[in-house]
Formats: sequence, C-alpha cells, structure tokens
Amino acid sequence: MTKRVAFLPYTKLQSLIALLESDGYRCVGPQVRDDTIVYDTLVDVADLPRGYTSIQKPGEYRLQQSDSERLFDWANGAQAIKPHLFRAEEVMWTVVRDEHGQLNFQEIVPEAEKIAVFGARACDIAALYIQDKHFLQSTYKEPAYLARRQELFIVAANCTTAAGTCFCASTGDGPRAMSGYDLALTEIKDGFLLEAHSVHGQNKLDQLIQLAELELATRQQAEEAEQGIENAAAQQSRTLPSHDLNDELFANLEHPHWEDVAARCLSCGNCTAVCPTCFCHTELDRGDLNLEHSEHIRQWDSCFSQRHSYIHGMTIREQTRTRYRQWLTHKLGSWHEQYGRSGCVGCGRCISWCPVGIDLTEAVQQICTGGPDG
Amino acid sequence: MDNPYLPHEARIIERIHESPTLFTLRLQFTNPEIQAAYSFEPGQFNMLYLYGVGEVPISIVSDPVDDMIVDHTIRSVGRVTHAMSALQAGDRIGIRGPYGRGWPVRFAEQKDVIVITGGLGCAPVVAAINYVVNRRERFGRLNIVQGVKHSNDFIWQERYDYWREMPDTKVLIAASSGEALWPWHIGHPTELLDDMEFEPENTIVFMCGPEGMMHAVVDEMLQRGLDESALWLSMERSMKCAVGHCGHCQYGGKFVCKDGPVFNYPEIKTLFSEKGF
Repeated sequence: MTKRVAFLPYTKLQSLIALLESDGYRCVGPQVRDDTIVYDTLVDVADLPRGYTSIQKPGEYRLQQSDSERLFDWANGAQAIKPHLFRAEEVMWTVVRDEHGQLNFQEIVPEAEKIAVFGARACDIAALYIQDKHFLQSTYKEPAYLARRQELFIVAANCTTAAGTCFCASTGDGPRAMSGYDLALTEIKDGFLLEAHSVHGQNKLDQLIQLAELELATRQQAEEAEQGIENAAAQQSRTLPSHDLNDELFANLEHPHWEDVAARCLSCGNCTAVCPTCFCHTELDRGDLNLEHSEHIRQWDSCFSQRHSYIHGMTIREQTRTRYRQWLTHKLGSWHEQYGRSGCVGCGRCISWCPVGIDLTEAVQQICTGGPDG
Repeated sequence: MDNPYLPHEARIIERIHESPTLFTLRLQFTNPEIQAAYSFEPGQFNMLYLYGVGEVPISIVSDPVDDMIVDHTIRSVGRVTHAMSALQAGDRIGIRGPYGRGWPVRFAEQKDVIVITGGLGCAPVVAAINYVVNRRERFGRLNIVQGVKHSNDFIWQERYDYWREMPDTKVLIAASSGEALWPWHIGHPTELLDDMEFEPENTIVFMCGPEGMMHAVVDEMLQRGLDESALWLSMERSMKCAVGHCGHCQYGGKFVCKDGPVFNYPEIKTLFSEKGF
C-alpha cells in the first residue's frame, strides 16, 4: 500500500461526503445544535461548525463563533460516536403472550446500517476500541453493537486545537488518531491533509484523488498539519499520570479527598452519560395495555444512581462518597484488570459537563501520591 | 448468531411453598431440544423472566444429573420476586442460562468438605452438597453448617435429615433466635465450628450467605490453620444481563456474573473487607 497524502481543499470537501454516500453510507458528522456540537446525519458540509471554537472549563461549556473559515477548531461536545453504536435506549427483544399464557420470545434482528463517522476525534476512536473490547471481545457478543460496528467507516479529524479540559496527550490517546480509522483529516490553511489508514480507506482515498482531481500534499502543508497537532498537545494544561493507578487508588480508599468530592458531587450521573467508555446499562420491561405484548429494553445506567447497586432489599453504595469512589477506582484502576488499559481517554467531558466542576485529574493528584509521576 | 439476551419459554411443573417468604419453582423448557441440551454446574445460576415484569438472577438448586427439571428457590423480597411468588404450576416463564463459575466440586475430591451457609445462602450450595452426597466415596468427611436468623426461616429439614444419615457426615444447624423446642443451636453458625471434624491441611470450605457471616467464617478458618486458597465464597451483586455487559455486578476488576459468583478467597480478599464495592 503506497502511502499517499492528499490535499483536500474546503471547496472539494463535499465530494468526500458524496463518495461515501454513493457507497451506501449515511454520514454522521459534527454540527451546532442547542449551543453545543452534536454528531448527527450530515449531508452538506455547510452544516459543519464553521468558525466555532469551544470554551471548556470545569462545569462550563460555551461555543464562540468568529468569521474564521476553519471547520474543526473546537473540541468535543457531550457525545460523538458512542450513542450511534451503544444506544442510550434500545429494544433487546420482545415477547408475545397468547390467550393460553404461552410466551413467544422474539429476537430483534439488528439492522446493519452503514454509518460513516465524519470527523471523529482521536479520543473517541480510542474509546470506541475500549467499547469494542467490552461488547465484542468476551464470551458473549452484543448483537446490535456488532452489526453496526461491522459497517462503521471512520473519517478521523486530528485535533489542531484543544479545549481547557482536554488531556488526551497525557493518556496517549490524542490529539492525533493513532489507529482504528479509515481516513484521517488534518485541517490546514484552505483545507485538509487527507490520508488513509486502512485498506478500505485507501480505496476511498484513491477514488477521491481521481474523482475530485486532488493534488498530493506538499511538504509545507504536511509540516503545517504536524505543527497544528503539536499545538493541540501543547495547549493542554491538565494531565493524568501515564502509569497504572490501580494500586495507588485501592491503597487510598479511606483518603479524606473522597469525602471532599462527595460534599460537592450531586450524584447526577452526567459524567458517566458523557464518558465515551462508560458502558453500564440497566434493563427494563415495557408492556402494552392489553397485556399481550411486552418489550425488553436496555437503557444507559450510571454507577451514580441509587438503584445501580441494589440487591434484594439493600444498596451496596448508599453514599455519594462510595459511588464516586467506585467510578474513579474502576475507570482508572480496576479497568486495567478488565481491558488492559485505563478507561480514560482524556476527552475531558466529565470535567466540562459536571454541573459542579469536579475534575478527575485533580482528584487523582489529591488521592494518588508517591507514584512514579507524582 | 445466538442472541445471548433472549430467554426461552419454560413451564412451571410444580410450585413448592417452602416458608411464608420462600418458594421453589420447578421448571422445564417447553422446547424439548433446549431441555435436552441444557446442563449446568453446581453453583451456577439462571436468569428468570416474569412476563412484562422483568428478569432476576436465581441460583439453581436441583441436581445436575436431573436433566428434566430445573429447580429455583426464590425469596420474595423485591419487585420481580414478589410478583413471581404468585405463579402456579402450568404458568409460563422465561429462562436463560446457566451463567457463571460454580463450585470447584472436582477439585474438592479426596478432601474434607465444609459447607457453611446463612439464610437462604444454602440454595446455591444444595447442588454441590448433592454432588458430594451422590459420590460420597470420592470425598473425605462432610460437614454442613446452616445458620438462620430465626427458627421460622429454617427450610428443607427433610434434606438436612437425609444428609445427616450419610456416612462421615455432620449436619449442624443454628438460629440466631428460636422458638421453644428448637432442637438445635441458638447463636451464630461460627459457634458450631468446634463441633466439626476435619483435617485443616486437607479441607475445602464452600460458603454462601450474608457477607458478615462469611467474614466471620473466613477469620475462624484461617485461625484454624486452613490455607486462604481452601476457602470458596459465593458472592452476590446486582445483575441485569448476566453476561458481563451491564456493569452492575462489578467487584473491583471482577464481574460477579462471569468471573464468579463463586470466588476463591485470594481472588477477592483485597476488597472483601471494604464496604461499598
């Protein structure tokens, strides 16, 4: 596979969407809605967040618009890829009860829509690989997730700017997409560097070079892209220690800082809802009124909810302190035992979207002391 | 591809009233092929589904060699189990399983076996006890200790009486509080450990029940010279999916549904003394 890097000017960006659509994909890309950036069906590049930047701080997310031509000068909004594969709510199966009381369970055959994520950030691609491990690489495979995952095409957008809450450089997950994508865009003056990272992506790139008469990128353009990605890393002020924090976290289960956080934490579950790796969900049943038919439904759940740890008349985690401790010790500690890495990809969403601005990087600094990285 | 979440229909062959809050459902898959293909290990559990209400994890109490009927003893304590208690013979239910890692019964061969349970904790080990009793010559001495809160909670007296008649087998019962004429011990099951006969270097312990009780048993057993690796515990946590996806049953890095519910003590001992996990 010869590694060709093309220059895709803004004026020809639509041809990439057209190419993917002609191959049967529905493009899902970033656009401004409700004062944030959401990933939804994208048919026209005019809907991309042109000129927007995101101001993110603990407990704060604001978009600002300028007359800049740039399309990817913002960091993530609340959600990106996760809800398109692991849906917030999904019917798992249905059951019909006949007049004799017999139950007929009916499988939901997962529809396998071809989705092309247009402009996926490095942190979200890393998170996708963690979700793959959880839902697909164990004894039992999640059928709906699998069906969608097999048809997923990923156009990465390397970050050339970081928000105040980003720390992907310290977790090793960004700002450049490292693996697991088909094509990657890096925004430079007047357009993008476009490169392939899979056989499928290479085919698309070759087609596009021909169809849209793209030039190969110049050395100067490549350097500009490189510089942009370096800037995004340099802008990051938060860090997480890069080593496995499992032992330090579990050695400090009675650290007073858990109580300090609990005094502020509302146990609302926003952090888990926006986290691209959180996988907890509950199951419930919704029957129709004439009692002939019932649906078994999956819904996102959170370890911050009261019912998450309920068993026959008792709740394991009554207090907010133990819920926050469960979340952080799992995300940064016991996650290593389960998936061979931390569950944090440095997207910073849990910091921005926490209504009281709790910052996990600060909690780690307080609780984990004496490790190799301090 | 098999859908791991989809239950199969089963018929309630018999409903046994065990106590005011305990009942046993004897189930058979309505599809004979599924019934024929179904097998389980002692200590594993099934997900039982009540139409329109929901699913709950329930351990299997019948003998693995009975390939026609699968028994589940249930305490009516939550939303789903309350509703299930109204079911009668002939009613239909959903079932999927079996799930999890059961008791290491083969590993226990040639050893003295101690089974200590509290409350309805007995249910997940009944199948293991029957496994030992039905292959009695392969095992050393068998000690069965059951503790209940109140003498009214004691069920399955016939089973205990039957086991008591087995060679080299002791059955010890304790109630924290009892009525007049309660023939057995009043107090905690751990107070009965001195009445047991076993060789500490060649003993395996299966325990199940309230975590406080299991804590006390672990301490007592270690004091009596047993190795940590000789202790096996059945743990309980919230479960929605039973296949390691929903996240509710996580215990540190373990998923109780698939890495357990039966754990060797060294696997979980760092968290076992912590509340809130």
